[in-house]
Amino acid sequence: MTALLLETRGLGMRFGGVQAVRDVDFRLAERELRCLIGPNGAGKSTFFKLLTGQLQPTSGEVLLRGENISRQPPHQIARRGIGIKTQAPTVFEGLSVRENLWLSAARVARGRQAGAIVEDMLERVGVGEVAGRIVGELAHGQRQWVELGVVLATDPDLVLLDEPAAGMTDKEVLRTADLVREINKTKALIVVEHDMQFIRMIAGKVTVFNQGAVLVEDNVEAILNNPTVRDVYLGKQAAA
Amino acid sequence: MSGRDLLGLVVAGAAGLAVLILTPIYFELDTVLNLTVYMIMAVLALSLALVWGFGGILCFGQSAFFGLGAYTYAIAIINMGESTAPLLLSILVPALFAAALGYFIFYGRISDVYLGVITLTVTLILFNSINSTAGPEFHIGAARLGGFNGIPGIPPLNWPLQKDKPVDLQGMFYLSTASLIVVYFGLRALLASRFGHIIVGIRENERRAELLGYDPRAYKLATFVIGAALAGYAGCLFANWGAFVSPTIFGLAQSAQIIIWVIVGGRGALIGPILGCIGIQWLTAALGANAPTGAGGFAAVLGNAPLVLGAILIAFVLLVPKGLAPTLADLTGQRMRAR
Repeated sequence: MTALLLETRGLGMRFGGVQAVRDVDFRLAERELRCLIGPNGAGKSTFFKLLTGQLQPTSGEVLLRGENISRQPPHQIARRGIGIKTQAPTVFEGLSVRENLWLSAARVARGRQAGAIVEDMLERVGVGEVAGRIVGELAHGQRQWVELGVVLATDPDLVLLDEPAAGMTDKEVLRTADLVREINKTKALIVVEHDMQFIRMIAGKVTVFNQGAVLVEDNVEAILNNPTVRDVYLGKQAAA
Repeated sequence: MSGRDLLGLVVAGAAGLAVLILTPIYFELDTVLNLTVYMIMAVLALSLALVWGFGGILCFGQSAFFGLGAYTYAIAIINMGESTAPLLLSILVPALFAAALGYFIFYGRISDVYLGVITLTVTLILFNSINSTAGPEFHIGAARLGGFNGIPGIPPLNWPLQKDKPVDLQGMFYLSTASLIVVYFGLRALLASRFGHIIVGIRENERRAELLGYDPRAYKLATFVIGAALAGYAGCLFANWGAFVSPTIFGLAQSAQIIIWVIVGGRGALIGPILGCIGIQWLTAALGANAPTGAGGFAAVLGNAPLVLGAILIAFVLLVPKGLAPTLADLTGQRMRAR
């Protein structure tokens, strides 16, 4: 059995009268790829915010390799090896692609080494041609990749991707799926995605969220054939 | 560094040196005196250019640090008589004050709007406090604070540790101009460093910087403190220039002026705020001097410096929102690409 990387115990988040995340026990192994699905408002993005320290849980805890990180500020959690690509690209809009990647690489390396990481990342996420362009001026798909490169340049152990394929063309979705599989060779990932085609492409185990809690956890095919899941989530998608 | 950047650096350096060497030779003493205060204020403008233009921290109270520097120098030199320690204190006291204030602002996660309100309030509190110290009971050692009358007859700077070698008026010009040049190139170096890139990153997207593992609070605090130290140093030079300091240095007008210099010159630039500062001060002086008393009509409007400055500010905010330097850089860049 592979070692446990991330664990949440009874994790909960309450905003006033709304229980956005309730009593989530979640376990992720080193270098595991996990997909997170569920209807809008199921608590997926809130769950990510709890993992990265952007929100502090109102109950329960988050453990990274056995250490409780749930009260740590976001920058310290990032330094412990959790990187996140948010739903709407969070990038340095006014800076060039290269500067974006450099700021990320400079956190873990100095001088020429940081430069080498930047060049490597430009090629890996395929934005070399627009390296000198201001990120705010790029197309949506390209900005998604820039953000992915920015996240990967710090070399995290766990990568959180919030809807990486949203708003992409079919061709871009294929490339993103390839990229996710490649990242998974060395790192653990949790991917939030609505696109079931994309989830089938990257495979992996699927956790279904509903009303802030974990509904079921299984492999892709079993999830697709699960009547409860069809009822709360996939049925709605099929009807839409 | 690109060829264009290098050219810019060489031009800026040469222009600075030319002003430094040629001005006292070719101009009358009163012009030299006027230029001295322009140079001092340009250092102050640079301090906000760093804090706001690059750090993204809109500080409405940069004059608080400027005034603290001036008052610290005045009080310390009157008590000590030799200027080396007072000069250093005029940098240190505002820096420590900014560190304490900034700690609560940044670590308390106070939003940008409230940061503006707090810094403005602090400078007005200082204004009111110092303003109400007119009585003889308000003194620090031998230095009477003087309330709204200020502190007159402040002894000048002397050469480091040489009490009997004071810096004369021409010397003050050299010192102020050299300070401006050193601060300008010092800030260029700072902004080219890792620290400089990170503070710009935080300005662009604080959340992203944080999610990469940088602590924005610490970087913003450091930027704020460096800005305060520079403003304090400018305050020390200012107290020297007129041998006088009064509470208006903390006033609303002074705070607003610094922001206007940076808006006109351009945020995200260093040379711009210097030009904005010197240009506006020159214009204010020229307008004030050229308004004949009792003039009516057009002449009266032109002679009304606040009115003209207000119009200039509105024009810049509406028509040249990026400010002078970045807009000119964009235009020349486009022309070079068009060739």
